[in-house]
Amino acid sequence: MRKIFVEVYAHFSKEGEITPISFVWLDGKTYEIDKIIEKRNAASLKAGGQGIRYKILVRSKVLYLFCDENRWFVEFT
Amino acid sequence: MGRVILHCDLNNFYASVECLYHPELKNKPVAVCGESELRHGIVLAKNQIAKSYGIQTGDVIWQALKKCPNLVILKPNFPLYIRFSKLVQQIYSEYTDLIEPFGIDECWLDVTESTKILGSGRKIAYEIKERIKTELGLTVSVGVSFNKVFAKLGSDYKKPDAVTVITKENFKQIVWPLPAKDLLYVGSATEKKLSSRAIYTIGDIAKSSPEYLKRILGKWGEVLWIFANGLDTTPVTPPLFEDNIKGIGNSITLPRDLTCYEDAEYVIRMLSESVAQRLRQQYLKCYTVQVWIRDSFLFSITRQEKLQTPTFLAREISQKAFEIFKKHWNFKNSIRSLGVRALDLVCANSFYQLEFDSLKKFKLEQLEKAIDQIRRRFGQSAVLPAILLTKSDLPCEIPLHNKIHPVAFFK
Repeated sequence: MRKIFVEVYAHFSKEGEITPISFVWLDGKTYEIDKIIEKRNAASLKAGGQGIRYKILVRSKVLYLFCDENRWFVEFT
Repeated sequence: MGRVILHCDLNNFYASVECLYHPELKNKPVAVCGESELRHGIVLAKNQIAKSYGIQTGDVIWQALKKCPNLVILKPNFPLYIRFSKLVQQIYSEYTDLIEPFGIDECWLDVTESTKILGSGRKIAYEIKERIKTELGLTVSVGVSFNKVFAKLGSDYKKPDAVTVITKENFKQIVWPLPAKDLLYVGSATEKKLSSRAIYTIGDIAKSSPEYLKRILGKWGEVLWIFANGLDTTPVTPPLFEDNIKGIGNSITLPRDLTCYEDAEYVIRMLSESVAQRLRQQYLKCYTVQVWIRDSFLFSITRQEKLQTPTFLAREISQKAFEIFKKHWNFKNSIRSLGVRALDLVCANSFYQLEFDSLKKFKLEQLEKAIDQIRRRFGQSAVLPAILLTKSDLPCEIPLHNKIHPVAFFK
């Protein structure tokens, strides 16, 4: 399990809620987040870290995107 | 119905947070240690594997390495630990508003009222334990009981990642066989006094008469008897009010030993600046100044003296502290750590007997308040007493905050 830090584009609502929209992957391409399946506080025991965990769907693949103190990373095997 | 009190103790807190951020170290012995270059090189926390090698908190780094040569040593990251401490408290706050922190990694929670909605203390304890594990990646031991003292014993009883319930029915079986030193406020000196009278367990304390204990230990004897019998009624008090501050102090372990009065005066001035600034911040003055000295053999003394009039002036506090120091230290041994503390605090505008030169003191107060403002705008080292420019091998920054506040059981 690797911890890949990514650049994230997000929407900030008037209420202060942050919703990630897309992110830049290792290949330099920007990938849209098709769906946020779940959002919760969680620890990343395998990649190492803690924060708000977004369970996301990207091109029919389920990924875990973490926001750890304003730094975003993806758990990647 | 009795009270339901939880004591939650995060296991190997600093080490657990570090291991969470370094998953590659998960199966290695890890210790978080102070910086050895600054001579703060002791073990602050260790993980379970390091513990199995016999490494203890407080071990000097070379001792720890002798016990376990492949020990991974990490530097502490206090801002990260404080962040996790806050996150844990956020979880607690979803169960009760009566939360009393006891250091950075322990808390008491009074969930008496919450049990009516959320189920028994045991159920709440398990839920909190599981949430901390999944949401924060840390393990916690929880003690559930009808008073704070037994709740704390419960969290120590089984570690890590465990819940222990001590009830009015089972406390005699669980608590009484434990050694006396496990009880809050039984330190090594008290333990010695007790064991010389054949009092070895908490049960032995409970079965002694309070009068007898009082004769041996003074008023604490009675308190320990109350603790041992489960009769403690101390409430869980959230730290809402700042006015129960009893003292403001600062101490430092120095990068090199202090060998002369000039060195000591330097450090005392540095610490006094910090103490005075924090007194002014809290709008307080002190009547008593205390000095704590620890020599290179780790022998320490504490001495204090009263002032004529209350003060928040750095120069008065440091003058008094240095006076006390000269009276009680002859430099037979060099000094490793030094502390200055302001006690007997009163509100800064309370009345006191004026002296002939009160006007001068008033002007000095205005001056030091102005220095606070400059420091607030331009940084702590914007204005320094000239003495702090005289020694390049000693630290000269004026610390404004304690990293971790020590706390007392009795407030």
